Amino acid sequence: MTMFHQAFFEEASDLLADLEGLLLRLEEAPGDLELLNTIFRCAHSIKGGSATFGFTDIAHFTHGLETLLDKVRNGEIKIDRSLSQVLFESADQMKALLAVARGESAAAPDSAALSARIEAAILGRPMMGAEQTALPQPKAAEEEGWGVWSVVRSYRLHFAPGADIMRQGGDPILLLGQLAKAGEILSVVCDDSQLPALNEMDPETCYLSWDIELRSDWTSEAILEIFEFVADDSDIHLEVLGESAKPAEPAKLEEAAPPVLAAPTIKTPVTETVVASPIAASVSAAPAIPAPFSESAPKAPPAEAQTLRVATDKVDKLINLVGELVINQSMLNEVVQDFSMAKLPRLIEAVAEMERASRELQERVMAVRMLPIKHAFGRFPRLVRDLAATVGKKIELKTSGEDTELDKGMIESIADPLTHLVRNSIDHGLETPEERRAAGKPETGTVSLHALHEGGSIAVEVSDDGRGLSRERILKKAIERGWVTENDTPADETLYNFIFMPGFSTAPAVTDLSGRGVGMDIVKQAVQALGGSITLSSTPGVGTKFRIRLPLTMAILEGLSLTVGDETYILPLTSIVESIQPAAGDVRKIAGRAEIAMVRGEVLPVVRLYQIFGSVPKVTDPTQGLLVIVENDNHKVAVLVDELIGQSQVVIKSLETNYRKVRGIAGATIMGDGRVALILDVPGLVRETLSGDAALATAA
Amino acid sequence: MALEQTQFSQNDAGSSADANQYLTFSLGDEEYGVDILKVQEIKGYVPTTRIPNAPPEVVGVLNLRGTIVPIVDLRRKFGLEEIEYNQFTAIVVVVVQNRVMGVIVDSVSEVVNIPLSDIQPAPDFGNSMSSSTLRGMARMGENLIILLDIDIVLLGEPAPLALAA
Repeated sequence: MTMFHQAFFEEASDLLADLEGLLLRLEEAPGDLELLNTIFRCAHSIKGGSATFGFTDIAHFTHGLETLLDKVRNGEIKIDRSLSQVLFESADQMKALLAVARGESAAAPDSAALSARIEAAILGRPMMGAEQTALPQPKAAEEEGWGVWSVVRSYRLHFAPGADIMRQGGDPILLLGQLAKAGEILSVVCDDSQLPALNEMDPETCYLSWDIELRSDWTSEAILEIFEFVADDSDIHLEVLGESAKPAEPAKLEEAAPPVLAAPTIKTPVTETVVASPIAASVSAAPAIPAPFSESAPKAPPAEAQTLRVATDKVDKLINLVGELVINQSMLNEVVQDFSMAKLPRLIEAVAEMERASRELQERVMAVRMLPIKHAFGRFPRLVRDLAATVGKKIELKTSGEDTELDKGMIESIADPLTHLVRNSIDHGLETPEERRAAGKPETGTVSLHALHEGGSIAVEVSDDGRGLSRERILKKAIERGWVTENDTPADETLYNFIFMPGFSTAPAVTDLSGRGVGMDIVKQAVQALGGSITLSSTPGVGTKFRIRLPLTMAILEGLSLTVGDETYILPLTSIVESIQPAAGDVRKIAGRAEIAMVRGEVLPVVRLYQIFGSVPKVTDPTQGLLVIVENDNHKVAVLVDELIGQSQVVIKSLETNYRKVRGIAGATIMGDGRVALILDVPGLVRETLSGDAALATAA
Repeated sequence: MALEQTQFSQNDAGSSADANQYLTFSLGDEEYGVDILKVQEIKGYVPTTRIPNAPPEVVGVLNLRGTIVPIVDLRRKFGLEEIEYNQFTAIVVVVVQNRVMGVIVDSVSEVVNIPLSDIQPAPDFGNSMSSSTLRGMARMGENLIILLDIDIVLLGEPAPLALAA
């Protein structure tokens, strides 16, 4: 069942994302019937799915919303600002409820107040937010059922689920449970005549059918809706026996109710044991070991299988390529059998062909993890809309390059830094309409998100046409913080980069937007953690542009291989500043202990790789070896190595899966000759070096 | 008692009701056995890549069809005298608690069926080989086979691999 839940959660999140986008479009075109129909269908699917899987909170809430949307699309209710606000809040509420159902958050805000506002909108009453509490009756009525229907009818329902209902993820018990909420069950007859002998019984087949009489104030449509998602395969008849306005006497209920519950419970143990046993088996096979640690695993939602939805054409291409490889391999087999030198050209050709196919296969397999960046951009239209209202600025959001593909994990991790940059642009970058008019600009400011391929990496740009960074303010701050002296006139680039320093904030007042304790330094850290870099350019009065460069995937790294003795290590290219061969006297010991190097006037701590790794080096004299200057977090360290070999793309493998985390090592990779090379952990090296030498380095 | 229990639970998955299969290998003058169900494969010795600052018995890591596998030299682990690796030297790849690890042994001998009744509890060897790493001892004709609990050998002691950060 959890498997289907997972599918539902994913579908529902997608639908909610769609819903939000549609609502935004609806604001611009309030009368668009096609749009309204699509919105209605979104809400309807979410309701249906959540009811089927037993998430009554979501179903319950969405039902009211659906009723409202139905009236809107029938033209009974006009869209206005306040109604649109209710719709947006409803989308938020559904998200919150969904998060609770997924186990991602403990509790969602109470739906009651919002439900009441929806109810009020349905009834055509004016809505003023504050008046919600004045409507207790609809709310109470809603707790009974899903609506406010008042005529009580008695029904006879014949429900014969299709034999495959449970295999398809349906659950008759849940449906009957829903039915029990519709009203009073008067009688239930369970037809078990189809039940085979126990040894012939298939635990996942449904053999039962039910005849139920009930009394309810629901309409027949509402009752049938419970069964909507199984209606295609099931035999369902609903007859109206009569109408009455009086509530039924509850006496018979006590006798009648147990069979409803008892009948299904005969079946539950059977289904459950079958479902449970493979789980139990896999648990005992894989004892309670935490999932293999991967270096980059973000804090995953609790105990939830990470899934990936892949476009069919990507999978088809993979299958084609594997086919090619198989053909290739049989070609090779043929050539190698009875090999003679005459066959050499064919062998070379076959190997070349195989190389091409396997390289392409590698690329395609990587592409399976790639998603268009619009998944990360998707949240911004809403964010900008809300923020624009809060700060009283007119803002237009432009996005381009949404189809640029990026690793799935990266998309999830980049969304927060991007959000911060966009907030920043809106809060600090853009001027108020008055200021813009005075500056001769259009009143509406523009924030642009642009993604593009750039060689082996992806660039994401966040730009605005606002006032640009203030040189004076940054300089003042930098002097205050002691990063520059009063007499310095740093270049624009150097100066602007100060905003990425920890403890920097130019906002004169802490606002709702930027006073969240998240500075640009956190953005920079987040980008670096993904193996990327961030730069910015700014022109006073014209605007600011942040540019994030990210590797295509976290599984592949552009690296420089180097040797220490007869060992090979890989240094991530993004962290390398330069490499130099020091002259005599450039490297010296201070206080008889720590070593420093003078590089272009800068004093850098020296790390002798062979010392911390316990290797046997070819070179111990720095002037014979190479100093590779690496940088992390604005701190540079000079690493002494024997020699550099070359640059290559390497696939990152985890050491921790079978071994454990190793100090100074970020992971491993497999070289062309099949041997393992270790990848250096630059942030770790820099941190350790600085914590060891900090005092001495500054003293120098 | 604990010993008996592990044997019983092994039995459920094992080959027959009262015997288990063991892969035997030699190390110095001794013959050792590990539960065959723990063994993934056996391969000849190939040079490994050293891991900085690893415990001495972890000689390095190996690429096993794309997986990075740590390799433990059992001679070093048991404090035996080190010898040159030769053409008989083998790496026994085992799966312990979902981790794939390799064990370097002098040579691999055979797969034997050892009835439960032939296994005797191990005497206490003192420090270098605490008795918990031993399942017991079995006599096979002239030879005495020392049955290892490979999980405890590789993961069970506080100093080496088990206490991953």
